[in-house]
Amino acid sequence: MEIKLSKKVEQLAPSGIRAFFDLVLGMKDVISLGVGEPDFVTPWNIREKAIFSLEQGYTSYTSNKGMIELRKQIALFLENRYGVRYDPEEEILITVGVSEALDLAMRALINPGDKVIIPEPAYVAYTADVDLAYGKAVRIETESPNGFKLTPQMISKEAKKGVKGLLLNYPANPTGVSYTKTELEDIAKIIKKYNMFIITDEVYDELTYDFSHTPFPSLKGMKEHTVYMNGFSKAYAMTGFRIGYVCGPKKVISAMTKIHQYTMLCVPITAQMAAMEALKNGYKSVQEMKREYRRRREFIVDALNGLGLKCHMPQGAFYVFPSIKSTKESSVDFAKNLLLSQKVAVVPGTAFGAAYDGYVRMAYAASYDNLKEVAVRIKKYLDSKK
Amino acid sequence: MDEILEVLSNDARITPAEIAKLTKRNVNDVKKAIKNYEKNGTIVKYKAIINQGMLKEEKERVRALIEVSILPQKDVGFDYISERIYSFPEVSSCYLVSGTYDLLVVVEGSSLQDVSEFISSKLAPMQNVRSTATHFLLKKYKEDGQIFKRSTQSKRLNISF
Ligand SMILES: Cc1ncc(COP(=O)(O)O)c(C=O)c1O
Repeated sequence: MEIKLSKKVEQLAPSGIRAFFDLVLGMKDVISLGVGEPDFVTPWNIREKAIFSLEQGYTSYTSNKGMIELRKQIALFLENRYGVRYDPEEEILITVGVSEALDLAMRALINPGDKVIIPEPAYVAYTADVDLAYGKAVRIETESPNGFKLTPQMISKEAKKGVKGLLLNYPANPTGVSYTKTELEDIAKIIKKYNMFIITDEVYDELTYDFSHTPFPSLKGMKEHTVYMNGFSKAYAMTGFRIGYVCGPKKVISAMTKIHQYTMLCVPITAQMAAMEALKNGYKSVQEMKREYRRRREFIVDALNGLGLKCHMPQGAFYVFPSIKSTKESSVDFAKNLLLSQKVAVVPGTAFGAAYDGYVRMAYAASYDNLKEVAVRIKKYLDSKK
Repeated sequence: MDEILEVLSNDARITPAEIAKLTKRNVNDVKKAIKNYEKNGTIVKYKAIINQGMLKEEKERVRALIEVSILPQKDVGFDYISERIYSFPEVSSCYLVSGTYDLLVVVEGSSLQDVSEFISSKLAPMQNVRSTATHFLLKKYKEDGQIFKRSTQSKRLNISF
């Protein structure tokens, strides 16, 4: 029998650099700056809480929206930290990471053909999520001279033509770009003017180095426009637990919950127990990891610029997005050659948008010793090409 | 804690220039700060942490934790007698503690006999030492924040988005 797949899925662009990924995964003894997750393991108190919850027999389903104790803790955390108020009963949903929240939001908000702006370079799931929900991704290519920042003018230009929403990630993967409160307020004006919704992926909020992070819903008048997403993966080094949350207007959360209850039922209870411990006693660890990332950031940016691979000082997350144009190689060739000759893995810029040939993403979620070694190896590689 | 100390306590070999870069400070300020820490005793010394268990060629050293009960002395309290005890090179650590005894003394030697000999001939007979209880260390799992286990392999995939 010939299996006929869904046309939608068949058309879904396969990630162009799958072959490169397979090459990396097949190699041993690689120093990798290609990993999109912390190099720390989850702090022990959080792991221990997960283990203890299993010992105690917490192995059941929970409420679809997630345990109310956890939702209350999240509400309290957001209020204390950022002054944003969400009703834990109706405005918060616990999801399988920000990943699930993104998918749910698109499916809950998009009708076929609805346009959603996605500033590039962008996290790979965004356009796919919009596409799978039968929406249309409107890509805005931000540029290096501008520090890869999205400006109100860029949004206006597309919004004029009619768009339903904007998906904004800050601090951003892969550039580390983030926005100050003033910059966000300017974006908020456009959101209001064109009566758009905005989905914000703020999963790297705790890893903001140069100013304090401003959540979008904390801006005046923006709460009702915003679907706010965050999670435990990055700040608490809990990627494998697969847990995050989404906050938004009751109507949106309720629609998302409908899909979530049929597709996911609920987030694993072990992850929910661990997340509660993270919120209760995890802050010190978050700050320690943040200080460590910040020091590595200073090192890597300096080292890369010194080697002629120009890069901006990222304001958050744990990525740098240097230009490799001085090598005259394509991103994929550069990444492949660096891997084969020096055993250093980076991700080609084209993974994050077709326009980003000439850039690579390096994650400094790697030990200082490894970063130093990488700098030496990149130098060797560049010298060998002279 | 000053970030300079945080960095140094994790890697004592790191240079002032590197610290300056990592913490976005001026090199000379870093050098000066370190000098000050050394002078005022905040930084006591720089040393390597050696996993004795890995030293195959040498006989492993023996360690004992000794609970020492003391008769405090007029005016000088515990300090005088403590100094007499911790001045022995065999004593690697010495703490005044609350609870059922007074001093926790860590003693190192090359053999059980060696350590016992020290206790019976030096420590126990000392004036004002009321009693001792000795615990020989069998295995070292963690010390000063350092876990003594071969580092486990990273469980992350080598590449992800
Ligand atoms: C920008 C961004 N959003 C979402 C995710 C996925 O997060 P989660 O683990 O919460 O699904 C990632 C992970 O790399 C990311 O970089």
